[in-house]
Amino acid sequence: MTETLIQLAYLLAAFFFIMALRTLGRPETARRGMQLAAFGMAVAVLATLLPARIVSYDWLAVGAMIGAVVGYPLGMWVPMTAMPQRIALSHAFGALAATLVGVGEYTHGAATGSLARGHVLALGLEVLFGGLTVTGSLMAFGKLQEILPGRPVTFRGQNSMNLVLLAAAVIGLGWLIVSPNEVWVFAAMLAIAVLVGILFVLPIGGADMPVVVSLLNSYAGLAAVATGFAIDNNILIIVGALDGLSGFILSVAMSKAMNRSFANVLFGAFGSTEVGGVATASAGGKMSTTSAEDAALRLAYANRVIMVPGYGLAVSQAQHQIRELGDLIEKRGGDVRYAIHPVAGRMPGHMNVLLAEAGIPYDKLVDMDEINGRFSETDVAVVVGANDVVNPAARTNPASPIFGMPILKVSEAKSVLVLKRGKGKGFSGVENDLFVEPKTSILFGDARQSLLDLGLQVKGA
Amino acid sequence: MIQLFVFLLAGFVGVQTINRIPPLLHTPLMAATNAISGISLVASLVLAGSNEGVLATALGTIAEACAVANIVGGFLITDRMLAMFKRTPTATEAQQERDGASSVAKS
Repeated sequence: MTETLIQLAYLLAAFFFIMALRTLGRPETARRGMQLAAFGMAVAVLATLLPARIVSYDWLAVGAMIGAVVGYPLGMWVPMTAMPQRIALSHAFGALAATLVGVGEYTHGAATGSLARGHVLALGLEVLFGGLTVTGSLMAFGKLQEILPGRPVTFRGQNSMNLVLLAAAVIGLGWLIVSPNEVWVFAAMLAIAVLVGILFVLPIGGADMPVVVSLLNSYAGLAAVATGFAIDNNILIIVGALDGLSGFILSVAMSKAMNRSFANVLFGAFGSTEVGGVATASAGGKMSTTSAEDAALRLAYANRVIMVPGYGLAVSQAQHQIRELGDLIEKRGGDVRYAIHPVAGRMPGHMNVLLAEAGIPYDKLVDMDEINGRFSETDVAVVVGANDVVNPAARTNPASPIFGMPILKVSEAKSVLVLKRGKGKGFSGVENDLFVEPKTSILFGDARQSLLDLGLQVKGA
Repeated sequence: MIQLFVFLLAGFVGVQTINRIPPLLHTPLMAATNAISGISLVASLVLAGSNEGVLATALGTIAEACAVANIVGGFLITDRMLAMFKRTPTATEAQQERDGASSVAKS
């Protein structure tokens, strides 16, 4: 009877979760949907607490309390700019939970000699995915939080070593299926997974983090699926599948947006390998600089303006300044949109959140595919702290390392204003033809200060 | 075997659903799946609460704390983010807002 009740509660929760993901298709409905999901979660948890399988509650209260104390600040106090590392951290938490459950189930099963082959397969996959996600996510967290050096760390034979380790883990898994009670094999497999997690994120640099964070999301989901298989729990399978797929879809989208094949992402160390002889590209020519006064005058009298924020904007925390400038231009009758490249932030969709936080209505935040048709009718495109994602070489120069990467077609705008910190190259190390085009003028300086200056001048114009 | 069916069907629904989510909301999506995946809490609850020995209780309790942290933090931060996404007020809404503001000012 209680068991049926629990299963019904799980069914209800699964229904609410899927509905919540559906409502995430539109910003107006999303909030409500997530509240329903939270309700579904509460129902599922309360049902589990019914005295069917659970006989002692003392430690449950302790665990819940610690979790709530840790979780509240992670929900309420973390600034939006720190979202990528916060998400990485919670991947680590999720995976750690799955791994520990796997270890607990295995040791209990090994002690009672009740391990069937299928069971061990699921538990093995659980600690494999779980273990590597825990350390991988902690590495990603460290890099994003800048506790660890953000640059890629590479050494010779890195990829072959990772492959050997992975193969060893798979052999271990096979061994366990043949003889389930070899505890040391299980332990070795877990140790390898933990090591692989570290080695896998080590060679990946800061700007490639959107792919890594998505991929770890996927692995955390797979660990949850394996948990579901191991303890025969359907809701874990459902949720794990949703989580894993969501992460997978996002990582494919991200690698596409960064012009890297999925395999390239997995066996990465990109930053270091791809930049090479071709980087000198085509464009000779000089950048023409401009002053805040002249640039502001053009903005003040423009009918259509598109802002192109890149990671440099987020680094200098200039989200509010770009919104103020946009508001001032709109007050003078200009139409302002914001073009968002998929990898403009440090994780999928990050730039949208930062700009929404600054108070820009979401209907002004336009995805790449949608806005690319509008550049040709745009008077001024303002590029703030973006480089590779607006480089026309990605479309025109087959010799360029970023050729084929989807970009914002800023070069089609009638004129382009680039706010740049210095004369440096983009992350890929490629020269940007856009910056030397005759219709492009460059305003050097810190993005935040430049936007402030422009705002002041537009107000006075 | 039935688990495989569940997995495949959930995967199918997942692809259909997640592909419809615009890039605009990809960060909230990730936070949301994080929160939802805290459902692994039910597994750690069973492990920690079924008296299977000290090790199981200890591991289960740590796992439970992790899962609860993800649930609490995940739902809160998703809600915080989604609350920030606002539409441009339509002309009438903007008008109403002005009227509201002016009537407050008068009173």
